[in-house]
Amino acid sequence: MKKEKVSILEHGLVPKHEIVGAEEIKELLDKYKIKREQLPKIKLSDPVIKEIKADTGDVVKIRRQSRTAGKALFYRLVIG
Amino acid sequence: MRTKRIKGIKFGLLSPKEIRKMSASKIITADTYGEDGFPIEMGLVNQRIGVIDPGLRCKTCGGRMGECPGHFGHIELAAPVIHIGYAKLIYRMLSATCRECGRVLLKDAYFLFSVSGTELEHDLKREIITEKWRKEFGDNGFPLSTNASITKEKNDEWTITDKELFIIRKETGNLNVYDAGEKGRFLNDIELGKGKQPGVGEAVKRMFKEAAKHTVCSHCGDHLFDFASNARLENSLNKGEDVISKELRRKFATEGHALSKNPSIKKETDNKWLITDKDKRYIVKKGNGKLTVDCGTPQRVIKFDKPSTYIEIDEKERKRRLMPSDVRERLEKIPDEDIALFGMNPKSARPEWMILTVLPVPPVTARPSITLESGQRSEDDLTHKLVDIIRINHRFMDNRAAGAPQLIIEDLWELLQYHISTYLDNEIAGIPPARHRSGRPLKTMTQRLKGKEGRFRGSLSGKRVNFSARTVISPAPDIDIDEVGVPEAIAKELTVNVNVTERNIDLLKETVKRENKHPGANYVRRADGKKVKITETNYETLAEELEIGWKVERHLRDRDIVLFNRQPSLHRMSIMAHYVRVMPGKTFRLNPTVCPPYNADYDGDEMNLHVLQTEEARAEAKILMAVQRNIISPRFGRPIIGGIHDHVSSLFLLTYGEKKFDREETLEILKGIDIDDLRAPAGTFRSEVSGLRSVDIPYWTAKQIFSMILPAGLNLQFQGKVGGVTIRDGNLESGVIDEIAVGSFKGKIIDRIVRQYGEEAAKKFINDLARLATNYILRAGFSFGISDEDIPREGEQQIREETMREAEHKVDELIRAYEAEELEALPGRTVEETLELRIMETLGRARDEAGGIAERYLGIENAGVLMAKSGARGSLLNLTQMAACVGQQSVRGERIKRGYRGRTLPHFKPADRSAKAHGFVRPSFKEGLSPTEYFFHAVGGREALVDTAVRTSQSGYFQRRLINALLDLEVKDDETVRETRGTIVQFKYGEDGVDPSACEYGKVVDIDEIIKDVMAGTGA
Repeated sequence: MKKEKVSILEHGLVPKHEIVGAEEIKELLDKYKIKREQLPKIKLSDPVIKEIKADTGDVVKIRRQSRTAGKALFYRLVIG
Repeated sequence: MRTKRIKGIKFGLLSPKEIRKMSASKIITADTYGEDGFPIEMGLVNQRIGVIDPGLRCKTCGGRMGECPGHFGHIELAAPVIHIGYAKLIYRMLSATCRECGRVLLKDAYFLFSVSGTELEHDLKREIITEKWRKEFGDNGFPLSTNASITKEKNDEWTITDKELFIIRKETGNLNVYDAGEKGRFLNDIELGKGKQPGVGEAVKRMFKEAAKHTVCSHCGDHLFDFASNARLENSLNKGEDVISKELRRKFATEGHALSKNPSIKKETDNKWLITDKDKRYIVKKGNGKLTVDCGTPQRVIKFDKPSTYIEIDEKERKRRLMPSDVRERLEKIPDEDIALFGMNPKSARPEWMILTVLPVPPVTARPSITLESGQRSEDDLTHKLVDIIRINHRFMDNRAAGAPQLIIEDLWELLQYHISTYLDNEIAGIPPARHRSGRPLKTMTQRLKGKEGRFRGSLSGKRVNFSARTVISPAPDIDIDEVGVPEAIAKELTVNVNVTERNIDLLKETVKRENKHPGANYVRRADGKKVKITETNYETLAEELEIGWKVERHLRDRDIVLFNRQPSLHRMSIMAHYVRVMPGKTFRLNPTVCPPYNADYDGDEMNLHVLQTEEARAEAKILMAVQRNIISPRFGRPIIGGIHDHVSSLFLLTYGEKKFDREETLEILKGIDIDDLRAPAGTFRSEVSGLRSVDIPYWTAKQIFSMILPAGLNLQFQGKVGGVTIRDGNLESGVIDEIAVGSFKGKIIDRIVRQYGEEAAKKFINDLARLATNYILRAGFSFGISDEDIPREGEQQIREETMREAEHKVDELIRAYEAEELEALPGRTVEETLELRIMETLGRARDEAGGIAERYLGIENAGVLMAKSGARGSLLNLTQMAACVGQQSVRGERIKRGYRGRTLPHFKPADRSAKAHGFVRPSFKEGLSPTEYFFHAVGGREALVDTAVRTSQSGYFQRRLINALLDLEVKDDETVRETRGTIVQFKYGEDGVDPSACEYGKVVDIDEIIKDVMAGTGA
């Protein structure tokens, strides 16, 4: 049988990750009155991060399904 | 407040120099106190190393007892001794270093190629790998991958990390490229591992393993031969492995060291080369126009004989013990540059410091002696141990000075090692623990720190507290839920500090005058801070003298606020604020309705009580920790406080059917409940008096009585355990009150009252319901006995002769079918499994049927049934087991099959598959069990017991780890969850920012209820 390569981004259990633009990062940091390092982290070696080609220092926005809130937004800082 | 962040913690070893430097006194005498009763100079209890006797002054700092923190002393050891805590590390280091030169047995960096050019140098300085560099590497046979990265190490030295590790050094104008070699690679790994997991430790471990594999040193060796050098020979050496000139081969061969076909030659520096040929190693050095060839020093195997002996085995299998002094010499030889390979910093931790030559003596304040009642002094365990060390140390020195034979010296050395080892750790495997005269093992250094009772877990993370009490708890249904009954004896011991002011001075004078009779006081504190105990002789004068600005430590009194706690404190409701109620007796009393949050019962449970000492603490406790604040559990958003056991039985009994009570009865049931309006009676009985005239006696219904404790205007409808319950406008219109209505963990009425009328109303409701229930059940009477499990003979007969006989018949039939191979397997099961399942199913059904039959004869008037149906306690299954049939006993969900080969017990034939041979218990508990049945029941019961034991210990540990991990997380004002550095963990608490204790049944908004409310409000 031929193995078909499936992008993990299309997997149902993988929430949507997207790289956040500089403007939005500033808004985000201002909203929570935090520095970049105070964001939750995600490793560069994370499969999704590799797939969307984010780099160290980028901030990714994750939209995921939540058991309590239906939809939830989450941000993570990519680290090495 | 200024906060500081810890940047790092430095760990190191104490050097002998440092030990001497910090020492306030050399200790040479093993004695403690002299005949004059004063500490001996240079003794173990020495006035220079701290004072523990009142009145004496420290000779080092001049401080008195309590002021002087104590100072270290030291003992000069007669011979070096292994520090037992480092014994393993010492072994690793010995195995990893050369026995001659002390260098780590790893190969150094070796030369690869050389380049030059300002442009290349410039690229290095910018720390970028340019195409030019790539080309250089490629041309020399070391192509770099795209992942290669460059870092500057120090001036004129850079490293390139790729699959290989390269070092570039600027030397004599050239840029020389080296392969980092084993040493360089490990150094790099260790550097990278810093501050990471698994980190330095793991890299160092690998390094030790790798280094110990080398059997020959590549740094030093015995001289073999030399010959005159020339350019051709040097060139051949420089070119490396591929081309070895014939000339060079010949030179080696003539000296009897013929090289094999392709040895590896590596240039380490301009005048040092390393030739590795199979397991031989030649170190070639240039000097004075000559090339000198050394052989690498062969290494010997070192054996670690636990706990603290090292033995070296040579090529001829001869053994030689390495004394601590030998070990120390070897460790001293390890050069500073190589120490980094151990993950250590030579400035703060030289390996030889792991061998003790000087022993620090802790200050006496760290090992105080206690004076016994007899006036005799009893020294601390550490002091005892130090005495032993000093004694042996002296003997050692005396013997050596007298020129004693080696054997005796070695014995003494061993003894000194034993005493120092046990001084540091008295629980080493393979060493008998040092014992006290009484035979009790001594508590030495390690034992002071280790474990639950050790310094960390026992004294720093948790300690004993003042103003606290602990005793057994017992029930008091007549006190409020937010009260706690405190025995008078405890109330007299625990105190509250009160400042004397203009307004309370008269009252406090009275209090002081009461001496030690209950609402009195124990101490007064004068304005100058002096504390005076109130005694029989001085209480009158003290009361007279009392002034504004003084303080009085008065007894605990009614309505004082205290914290009440039961361990394990698994959730926040395990500690709640209660109001004191001083009572006779010796136990703490608490209302049974608050047992669930504490998970308490009265089978001997003990609880702790803490008296709050500041106004802030009292305010905080009152507002945040009061019992009524904790009615709703934040865990599942429902009341955790509510009626239990008899409360539920009682209210069920009361509201079941249509009970009527005359005025007297009604008032009795409502006794102790604050109601100002009895409401109009529901109707009247007609009662005949003396046959002539009749009187109308007013009556109240049970539902009316229950409604009197409900808040006015309450509307609620829900499904109870037996039919629906309707409450309209504060009146119970229909339905029976049960566990779902008022029980803890469920309590729909309580839940509604908390949300609609607030915590105070809920508290009053729970208080009232507990009283009402207690009053009624006292009146009605409620009991359960063996005769309550009686069922009529025909019922018994039906169970025995119909249900059970049928089931047994069915089982036999199943077994017959199985044996005749007629039984058809269920999907995914073997025939055998199918048989087991079918038998279990048949017998299970038989028991349920038996239960059903029994139930037909036991109505709601049966106390057992009432308890089961109302949810007060027990289940119908329990009743079935008592009255009808105990049923199948199981282990891991299967019939019992363990025991002998082919049978469970010798009472049965092998291969008997019948119900009774595998744990089916036919009779009820009341009828009684046969010996085999009893045994099977015990087998099944044991599993349940083991399960709970295992579960509690495991979940307890899991809880501990979870709490330690989440301890610092906090929900901030903006609803984010953050840890101490302000780093966000959740952008919104629980992703929806909802507090489960503030919403109905876990839902954010209960639309149905809102609609109902609106409809009720509009009068629809």
